[in-house]
Amino acid sequence: MWKLLQIELFKIFKRPRTYIAFGAIAAIVFLIQIALKFDGKSYIDLLMSNLSGSFEFNDVFKDKLLNGYLICFVILNTLLIQMPLLVALIAGDAIAGEANMGTLRLSMTKPVSRTKYMLVKFIASVIYTLALLILMALLALFGSMLIFGTNDMVVLRSEGIEQIKRFDVLWRYFAAFGFAAVALTTVSALAFLLSVFAENSIGPIIATMSIVIVFTILSEMNIPIYDETIKPYLFTSHMVAWKGFFYVKANAEGTTINGSIENLPAVLRSLSILVIYIFVFFGSAVWVFRKKDILT
Amino acid sequence: MNTIVSVKNLSKNFNEIKAVNDLSFSVEKGQVYGFLGQNGAGKSTTIRMLLTLIKPTSGQIEIFGMDLNKHRKEILRQIGAIIEKPDMYKYLTALENLRIFAAMSGVKVSEKKLLDQLEMVGLAERAHSKVKTYSQGMKQRLGIATALVHDPQLVILDEPTNGLDPQGIADVRNLILMLSRQMNKTMIISSHLLSEIELIAESMIIIDKGKKIVEGKVRELFDPAETIIELKTFDDALMYEKLQQSDLKIFVQGKRNDCILLKLHRDQIPAVIKKLVGLEVPILSFHSKHSLENYFLSLTTGQQHVEAFTN
Amino acid sequence: MKKILLLLTLVTIGLVIKAQSPEEVVAKVKAKLEKVNDYEAKGKMKTNVVFIKAPIANVKVYFKRPDKLRINNESGISFIPKGSVNINLNNIFVNTEGFDLIDMGKEEKTSFRIIKLIPKDVNSDVVLSTVYIDEARSLIRKAKTTTKENGTYELEMQYGKYAAYGLADKVSFHFNTKDYKLPKGITFDYDDGSKKESNPDKLKNRKGEVEIQYSSYIINKGVSDAVFK
Repeated sequence: MWKLLQIELFKIFKRPRTYIAFGAIAAIVFLIQIALKFDGKSYIDLLMSNLSGSFEFNDVFKDKLLNGYLICFVILNTLLIQMPLLVALIAGDAIAGEANMGTLRLSMTKPVSRTKYMLVKFIASVIYTLALLILMALLALFGSMLIFGTNDMVVLRSEGIEQIKRFDVLWRYFAAFGFAAVALTTVSALAFLLSVFAENSIGPIIATMSIVIVFTILSEMNIPIYDETIKPYLFTSHMVAWKGFFYVKANAEGTTINGSIENLPAVLRSLSILVIYIFVFFGSAVWVFRKKDILT
Repeated sequence: MNTIVSVKNLSKNFNEIKAVNDLSFSVEKGQVYGFLGQNGAGKSTTIRMLLTLIKPTSGQIEIFGMDLNKHRKEILRQIGAIIEKPDMYKYLTALENLRIFAAMSGVKVSEKKLLDQLEMVGLAERAHSKVKTYSQGMKQRLGIATALVHDPQLVILDEPTNGLDPQGIADVRNLILMLSRQMNKTMIISSHLLSEIELIAESMIIIDKGKKIVEGKVRELFDPAETIIELKTFDDALMYEKLQQSDLKIFVQGKRNDCILLKLHRDQIPAVIKKLVGLEVPILSFHSKHSLENYFLSLTTGQQHVEAFTN
Repeated sequence: MKKILLLLTLVTIGLVIKAQSPEEVVAKVKAKLEKVNDYEAKGKMKTNVVFIKAPIANVKVYFKRPDKLRINNESGISFIPKGSVNINLNNIFVNTEGFDLIDMGKEEKTSFRIIKLIPKDVNSDVVLSTVYIDEARSLIRKAKTTTKENGTYELEMQYGKYAAYGLADKVSFHFNTKDYKLPKGITFDYDDGSKKESNPDKLKNRKGEVEIQYSSYIINKGVSDAVFK
């Protein structure tokens, strides 16, 4: 098992394609950082335009607001929508790519059970996903902390503002990255499942992205008939639950309670829904693959 | 235990299509077994079933005396195979590919053994080149090295000479003979070319539309009693008519647009020629063929011809 | 009976004589405030705005005559409402000559003197300012200021150690906020499925409050102008 996993990881990390994703993440993070470093104030003005009538936003305030924690949040907000593509790039390729290359039939004549083969493949794509996230954490979180410094964190929601003390932020990021890992693993499992059906990797990658995009749109739209019916079951609605770690509780006077999470049960519920999705996707993938005639 | 592979009543349906239809055959230890059929005859499907790539619809496969379904891992550990093209990870080197597939075979293979294996197929110098830089022939040889790296008892090569130049074909053929004679491997070689099987195989099976047409020792199948004559004359219609009226009638197998087919034992040829001349229709050519070759050719050229032989 | 009547009359006359004119009251307050040239104060600030969850912030408040005021959150971030300069009363009382004063008598419960200040300059941003003054101590306890631009502010003060300088220990600043709403397409909020605010009026409550509890003042020791930049 360990030997097989080593082989899979060796194959993944020997491929140039793998590094496209790492490069893309580094580039996006870097571009956002540069943009906010040089033009962050206008970005703040844009976000705060709503409030500028009631509050004073001087340059010192904006500088403080634009700290590493906020930058990381902005990056995560942007990137976690793009990251499924990068994850699908590898997971969607897992089986379909082997089929396309013609190596699947050779691998399947080896004394390795199909279930084990699938498990190893999936674990390898999860490890790849984690590697992407770790890179992102290093660049987006620690990189931004270095470049922009740290301060209290301000999270803008559609209907309110969360303010979190700087000492109360970092653990939330660790929790959020952990959650994001599960969320991306869900995408990975979906791409993996689709990969079983395809004979080249383009199909599953595009199909995964299409599903994620359509579901995300459904999740973000506020249409009452969807809100109550399908929205709670879409995995994309739960993928953004990492933000739940940045929604704090407040007392009756509107004062943030340090170390609190507004709705932890909801976040945990989202987490378990994602885990269920992972099991369903991966389980179906194994089930289909075990029965599959390999004709490529 | 002398029977290495025993296949009984094997069938595979893809939806409505019967790719393999009630096929039975067996392969003895140490044999080179030829698997002959035109493209689409069901060779690949059968071979893939032997390798667990395709699940049979019905039938039984025993390899090394074990049920393939129940002892998949133990059986596969002793099999090396190339199925169709020898596809490898193109972005990896030959050595890396070999190492991966050796490890997947569940056998510990030393680095030296890997290099020896490449040496054997003449790829030692290119061991560290990426496979994408390889020619088709080199890939084929690497494929064979991969199939052999874990020292299997049974080697299955599906169309091993496909896409190779004449030199490549000769190389592969010699390699197969060497493996069979010096290393005593049991081998199943599939091909759509009779000439190829004839040169290397001891036993063979011919299948068409998923069904067994004939199976046996190559030497016996090329029986002189089965000689087929293609007779071309100035006037085939007239000759055919005269043949029907003569005592040569018993040899007549059928008629094609360009020739008349006769089937006879080799020893009868001189006498038959004499009588044919006596029929006084000018003869253009008298061409004898192995019945098997002709038969096989018939599979690949036309259906009516097949009827002529199966009668 | 006559005696009683006489006494009442005397008391009434006495009260009338003792009652100060609004100008006098304001002048006394102003005089007290003018003792302070500048200060640097430390305090804890609490923000209570319906759409903001803010932690309690350690702030420093700098003041310099005539009307410079700055609230700095030294360590973190605080949303400082516009018009918060008014938490320093000197700013209202900087130019009392510019206002017409109207005596509104006393508040019943507290007997604070209520004086309305109406700017003489019709272009002034301030439309009306109502102050509640503790006459005995010459301290402003409450002030409501209506502006053209930023609505109405309300101040409430509690005094302690620094009452002699007219500096409060605790100031509550009530202000109006505009509606806050960002499009979901920008925020990509996580919808945790919980029921939204059942009472929509609560979100419509656009009153905000900032409360500063001062712990210490450093008075008249000089404050650099750089602080106010």
